[in-house]
Amino acid sequence: MAKDTHDTPMLDELENGPWPSFISGIKRLRDKHPDQRINGVANDLLGQLEHSYETRKGYWKGGTVSVYGYGGGIIPRFSEVGKQFPDSKEFHTLRVQPPAGNFYSTDILRQLGESWEKWGSGLVTFHGQTGNIMFIGATTENTQHFFDEVNDYGFDLGGAGPCVRTAMSCVGSARCEQSCANEHRIHRELVNNFTDDVHRPALPYKFKFKVSGCPNDCVNSIERADFAVIGTWRDEIKVDQEAVTAFVERKGRQYVIDNVITRCPTNCMSLTDEDKLEIDDRNCVKCMHCLNVMPAALSPGDDRGVSLLMGGKRTLKIGDLMGTVIVPFMKLETDEDYQRLVELAEETIDFWAENGLEHERCGEMIERIGLINFLEGIGVDVDPNMVSHPRESSYVRTDGWDEEAEKWFRRRAEEKSAAAG
Amino acid sequence: MAKDMRTPIESGCPDGFQYMHPVMVKNFGQWKFHEHPRPGVLRHVAHSGDEIWTVKAGTQRILDLYTLRKLCDIGDKFADGYVRFTIRSNIEYMVDAETKVEPLINALEGFGFVVGGTANSVAMISHTQGWLHCDIPGTDASGVVKAMMDELVDEFRNCNMPNRVHITTSCCQINCGGQGDIAINVQHTKPPKINHDLVANVCERPSVVARCPVAAIRPAQVDGKPTLEVDEKKCICCGACYPPCPPMQINDPEHSKLAIWVGGNHSNARAKPSFQKLVAAGIPNNPPRWPEATAIVKKILRAYKDDAKDWERINDWVDRIGWPRFFELTGLPFTKYHIDNWRGSRKSLNASTYIRL
Repeated sequence: MAKDTHDTPMLDELENGPWPSFISGIKRLRDKHPDQRINGVANDLLGQLEHSYETRKGYWKGGTVSVYGYGGGIIPRFSEVGKQFPDSKEFHTLRVQPPAGNFYSTDILRQLGESWEKWGSGLVTFHGQTGNIMFIGATTENTQHFFDEVNDYGFDLGGAGPCVRTAMSCVGSARCEQSCANEHRIHRELVNNFTDDVHRPALPYKFKFKVSGCPNDCVNSIERADFAVIGTWRDEIKVDQEAVTAFVERKGRQYVIDNVITRCPTNCMSLTDEDKLEIDDRNCVKCMHCLNVMPAALSPGDDRGVSLLMGGKRTLKIGDLMGTVIVPFMKLETDEDYQRLVELAEETIDFWAENGLEHERCGEMIERIGLINFLEGIGVDVDPNMVSHPRESSYVRTDGWDEEAEKWFRRRAEEKSAAAG
Repeated sequence: MAKDMRTPIESGCPDGFQYMHPVMVKNFGQWKFHEHPRPGVLRHVAHSGDEIWTVKAGTQRILDLYTLRKLCDIGDKFADGYVRFTIRSNIEYMVDAETKVEPLINALEGFGFVVGGTANSVAMISHTQGWLHCDIPGTDASGVVKAMMDELVDEFRNCNMPNRVHITTSCCQINCGGQGDIAINVQHTKPPKINHDLVANVCERPSVVARCPVAAIRPAQVDGKPTLEVDEKKCICCGACYPPCPPMQINDPEHSKLAIWVGGNHSNARAKPSFQKLVAAGIPNNPPRWPEATAIVKKILRAYKDDAKDWERINDWVDRIGWPRFFELTGLPFTKYHIDNWRGSRKSLNASTYIRL
């Protein structure tokens, strides 16, 4: 390109080295793309970024941008140094929901690329930390054009601001033998029940659904999701004893003892003198470690379902919180099962919308009001699986004890008769 | 005007099955086991006998159209036209036969992508937007990650670690990058600098007061104008006031530092999920290549690689050897800043005689 380009001596340093360079990519858009609009955006973006590198400061400000009919889904960015870098002075990101499990054909990637070439900067990320496709860099006017185009072939905006956010799920049953759930269906049934709450931010703060097919929790749901759904099972681990013996033969007995038997968090495994595995399944906590080490010999049981944990979040405001077990186990087979899951999510969001303070995540509200008030609010009974241990502090009023004990025995009796059928 | 506008179709999350490899659709929920024949490659076998081979490659995450199309060209010519992206922004190509694996790897490597990131490797660093796009960043995540992955590329390509290593970066203390075996996060060290001329017009003052985790912000008058002030003795320099009130500038070219945390683990395997712990701070935020931060990450990785046992993640390893030994092996200083001092801190104090002497 004959056009003058900004000098970028610091960014040029990031073109060296073996890892693919995002700077080289932006330069390709600046120097090689036939559309002068895209050349100009890339040039000024690089100019502003170099300015950030020199001064060690960011120069983007938020604002209000959305598409017709929605209140969110776009991260508005206006440059504070737009006079120096006019072609990228409006540089908004569109958050677009990916297909569940992040599956794409090359055809659909090309189609998305063509739409973005028409209306945007030509820069895209698969995916942002919330799980959206991030189409980075469009003017206020072009956000609408781009959305109209991709929305016509099946893509919709995700969440931004105080709303239900784009959900995430692992590769799951599509490829993984450890999966105990249909992540795909859970993901879509949950988040697509709340499209209104995704597109029109009106909640106390963000609310995230994440779905992992097993307790390896590859989408970090316990740490990051307000509502985590994790596949699990409640019968016995399936053991192929011949494969166990073959594994011992291949890796050695000491390896199996050191890396499988003694790594079990509840000491529920034993290697017999015949190189077979004995598992005390009653005490298995489904940590997944032994299945990870010996995937050909061990598989999850057949009586599968999910555990629900709620209230996970990152740092601000009160510090990091892991999710807490709210439903230790539920089956997800029939339409009614899925309906129950969705209803529980509705109860949770409704209760939090009523009781959460501004900018307070669900987990922070639970911390403020106590787990018991939260459980009563969403209509879930207490369960010892919700705690690591009973209370240690004696500062508690127990004058409703008899009534509560009665409830426990009644529930146990009901469960027993339901199980008996 | 409005009547000419197109009404959105609120379709939400699209169905992934339409873009999924046919072998994966056919065997959905029917997989039997997997193997890891070489770094960057997975072989999954279904009960039906069908196989799917996955080749994983690292990319620059911020993809330009040329790179996206190159990845698609490779997918059409050397694979079956079906891909997915992992949560660490790696691309995975799924193919139905082993014979396609080698040519696919050669094509990816030939075009400058890096095949690896599986099993006990150092996976791609998951990161956030930074100076390229965020409104509150203290650093540039893409640059930090590019510079670090240049140095860790052999650990991405090979599987020589005791277990997988997930590294994350975050450009502010909100920590969008999340928990990691190693996390490199901005850590501010000075209270915000307030532009009192702008506060009243830009900020909703009560909600800024409410945002502070330690109640250090209060309403004030400066030169007759309503504004906010910060009790600097109480301030923990977290930057929570800055997003709702940009005139309270927290980013500082010199005093916004990097800190390194270790032991965050999202998995339930072997132990319950764990949060990361602070191990190093005061690291200069030094573009364009952040050598000081990379040097500490490499030091931690070397100690872990040499001393941890098979299958131990960093948190498992430190649980076994203890924190004094961790600081000894890594050569990092242990300071008063490593000791939690908030209300719940007693849980992290050693109330026993469990001391490795």
